Amino acid sequence: MTRNPDSEPETRKPTRTGMRLIVPLQGIVQGRGGLLLGSLIPCALVYFFQVYLKRDRSSNPPSPSTSAVNLPGLPRSSSRANLRVHVSARASSIAKPNDSPYYIGLDRVREDPYDEMNNPNGILQLGLSENRLTLDLIEEWLSKNLSGSMLAEGGDDLNIRGIATYQPSDGLMELKVAMAGFMTEVMGSTVSFNPSSVVLTSGATPALEILSFCLADQGNAFLVPTPYYPGFDRDMRWRTGVELIPVHCRSCDDFTLSIKALDQAFNQARKRGQKVRGVLISNPSNPVGNLLSRDMLYDLLDFARERNIHIISDEIFAGSTHGNEEFVSMAEILDSEDSDRDRVHIIYGLSKDFSLPGFRVGVIYSFNENVLAASRKLTRFASVSTPTQRLVVSMLSDTQFTREYMKTNRERIKTMHDLFVEGLRELGIESAKSSAGLYCFVDMSRLISPYNEKGELELWDKLLNISKINVTPGSACHCIEPGWFRCCYTTLNEKEIPLVIKRIRKVVETCKRSG
Amino acid sequence: MKLLSRKASCNSHGQDSSYFAGWQEYEKNPYDEVKNPQGIIQMGLAENQLSFDLLESWLAQNPDAAGFKRNGESIFRELALFQDYHGLPAFKNAMVEFMAEIRGNKVSFDSNNLVLTAGATSANETLMFCLANSGEAFLLPTPYYPGFDRDLKWRTEAEIVPIQCSSSNGFRITKSALEEAYQQAQNRNLKVKGVLVTNPSNPLGISLSRHELNLLLSFIAAKGIHLISDEIYSGTVFNSPGFVSIMEVLMNKKYVNSPVWNRVHIVYSLSKDLGLPGFRVGAIYSNDKKVVETATKMSSFGLISSQTQYLLSEMLSDKKFTKNYVSENRKRVKQRHAMLIRGLKNAGIPCLESNAGLFCWVDMSHLLSSKTFEAEMELWKKIVYQVGLNISPGSSCHCIEPGWFRMCFANMSEQTLNLAMQRIKSFVNSISESKMNISPNQQYSNKSSRRKSFSKWVFRLSFHDRETER
Repeated sequence: MTRNPDSEPETRKPTRTGMRLIVPLQGIVQGRGGLLLGSLIPCALVYFFQVYLKRDRSSNPPSPSTSAVNLPGLPRSSSRANLRVHVSARASSIAKPNDSPYYIGLDRVREDPYDEMNNPNGILQLGLSENRLTLDLIEEWLSKNLSGSMLAEGGDDLNIRGIATYQPSDGLMELKVAMAGFMTEVMGSTVSFNPSSVVLTSGATPALEILSFCLADQGNAFLVPTPYYPGFDRDMRWRTGVELIPVHCRSCDDFTLSIKALDQAFNQARKRGQKVRGVLISNPSNPVGNLLSRDMLYDLLDFARERNIHIISDEIFAGSTHGNEEFVSMAEILDSEDSDRDRVHIIYGLSKDFSLPGFRVGVIYSFNENVLAASRKLTRFASVSTPTQRLVVSMLSDTQFTREYMKTNRERIKTMHDLFVEGLRELGIESAKSSAGLYCFVDMSRLISPYNEKGELELWDKLLNISKINVTPGSACHCIEPGWFRCCYTTLNEKEIPLVIKRIRKVVETCKRSG
Repeated sequence: MKLLSRKASCNSHGQDSSYFAGWQEYEKNPYDEVKNPQGIIQMGLAENQLSFDLLESWLAQNPDAAGFKRNGESIFRELALFQDYHGLPAFKNAMVEFMAEIRGNKVSFDSNNLVLTAGATSANETLMFCLANSGEAFLLPTPYYPGFDRDLKWRTEAEIVPIQCSSSNGFRITKSALEEAYQQAQNRNLKVKGVLVTNPSNPLGISLSRHELNLLLSFIAAKGIHLISDEIYSGTVFNSPGFVSIMEVLMNKKYVNSPVWNRVHIVYSLSKDLGLPGFRVGAIYSNDKKVVETATKMSSFGLISSQTQYLLSEMLSDKKFTKNYVSENRKRVKQRHAMLIRGLKNAGIPCLESNAGLFCWVDMSHLLSSKTFEAEMELWKKIVYQVGLNISPGSSCHCIEPGWFRMCFANMSEQTLNLAMQRIKSFVNSISESKMNISPNQQYSNKSSRRKSFSKWVFRLSFHDRETER
């Protein structure tokens, strides 16, 4: 709102009225002698102070060029006038170089990536939860099934019309059907997913943002159990203006969520006047990798019902289980309880379970028709590219392939997990109990000094720059206990695990010596 | 029932506009040459289906591009894992070269200043997020693409203030119109952050003149605001004067090292020029590093599939192909445009003289019962339901004069376009018929009664297969 100069005389009037009150009052309080000095001086001070404040505000003209946006990172080589090219507040807050170790680590690896032949002293990537273990199976499938006609609608003639033209922004029906089938398979066939409730987006990142826009207004909040995926801070909050309230989980509970803690956080938010619109859970969780039990899911649903809020369940790692525990989707417990279906929304995608982050295929699955309707409209900002849709339809429809893929994938994840955890154990380092995910949450708290975030970041730095391994420190995940690190092992191959352990051993020994 | 957010429950998505309502009618009863010859012909969708054969033949000759292979070697792994929001370098390079090619190589672009997004829809919204705070405004010349109401305002909470253009000067942007719009924004207590133009214009189909471009640059320089130039139809300019990009004007003049240099941003896409809207390929080009940096991070919410990036990088790097495509596509657009003009002329319907776009801006004001928007809606409904053509009414494009309509010509076969022209001619005849029927002059009506019955008979024949079900 531009400040209209016409409004200023109006705002001065109350001050004058105020002074008409103050002067006689002060005179009365201080006695006649001090009437003049005792009243004039403080009032004059107040008056001039007010004028000073107003002058300062009015000197900012409505024109955009003098808006004071602090830009520390701008190169001074361009003309100073460039500082006046100003962007929105949103842009200013985000364009700052990311100081989260999560992003810094990723950048460093990009600059100096490990390569067995070409760069053996490069940084080993354990900070990105990517799965490279089973891509060979997909490549094999492609070599047998991919032909130029992948781009066609079927039949021998290459016909681009079917994929080139405008399609429904929330995805082709064939892909919704194939995806619903795939999700049913992945999440345990006790649930069956309905294609009409599937909304396709270009990755899980926009899926989450779209849900955030649909369920909350600016300033509203979501409760999120910690530690949580660092990307949530950007995806849920950035452009939506929504807040995230951390609900801390502890290692003594194996980082399991407690309803009591949720309740406490909800009440505290209410006292602050902050409206909580829902709970955001990751199941399997990231960075810990534990699964929510069936009982916990029921309790969560009860909690949401009592507080009249939503549940967003990010189930993107559902198929990447390696332990003996069974994965239970939110959708499964809803099958039997119809009353609160409207509160539950699930996020899924092919970036983790199916190793295709580059293809940008994400899913919003909701039981709420209104949320579906709104989400569908919002997918025009984030649709899946049609050639990719066609390809994925073929892949996911080959259920024999997908079953074999998921089975082999799980086995390989388990192998890597066991190798890595065992290797760490030999160094005397334990990890949090986990049954899923492409990573483990490792306890290096005995190696840090001091026992706080600073100590943790110092160790992180040593690991990155001396040991040359990139891991994600727990503080980037809002973990309340210092010294925990998320280590993704599915970006490596089996040969590299001993190398990683060796590098960690170096740091461990350095810490022991100095500790 | 759970409450949704205000944004999800409100109407800012603009999906209730007549622009989209026409589409819905079309979807219920779509024309098909064989299966539904009485159906509604879609003339409300600016899609380019004229040059698919060129794309198909390239794909047939270059199977590696769609097969995840580079020089015979599989790069599937690399592509499957590639989610860097900086985009595939080979694709960005190919894009900037293609953009230069379309501009006759009069300008060159730096791929580091290009941000990839999932379609121009996403590009426009992202730019708004970067440049405007909630409640701030952008000025747009009318008539403008109805989708802007959704793309620029919905989630960003920005405002649009129209720059009124009229038929008196061919809907060109004038200095006074710009100043008036700026003043209007001030009156509404809205801070103006910039101007957004479409060049070539949608729905007008005309490329902005050098004069208009210079006017715009002076204006934004004086006001200290941004300029977004949506150039997604740049490859569809088929007649003189040729296409002049804002970048060209910016580079020619005194603007090179001035503040204005960093305040001009271009939006591009392959949806219109290459006819690949399903691929979701859009881009933002800016000389301002901060805008590029922010937009790049925001593009996480709408990245282009690496499969698509690779496929198109191969296609667009084939210079022989792109050169041929650009010129052949232009020829076909020109030809189809001429067909539509002829058909309209035959029906006595004038339209704005245009040199670009996949549509014509058609003047049917003489067919209105009164010079009002209600009459325009009346006419529009007749055309959709009775005549069977989905065209876009000017009011949905915020045109200030009633009676104008946008008709698209590049999204159908020649036969279909011919049929559309026949339908429109019959419709116009029927209107003049009914006008003649209520003529007070008895003699005139006696004389023409034979002619009337003859023409009635003629057009009854052409209406023969059209029931009143529409």
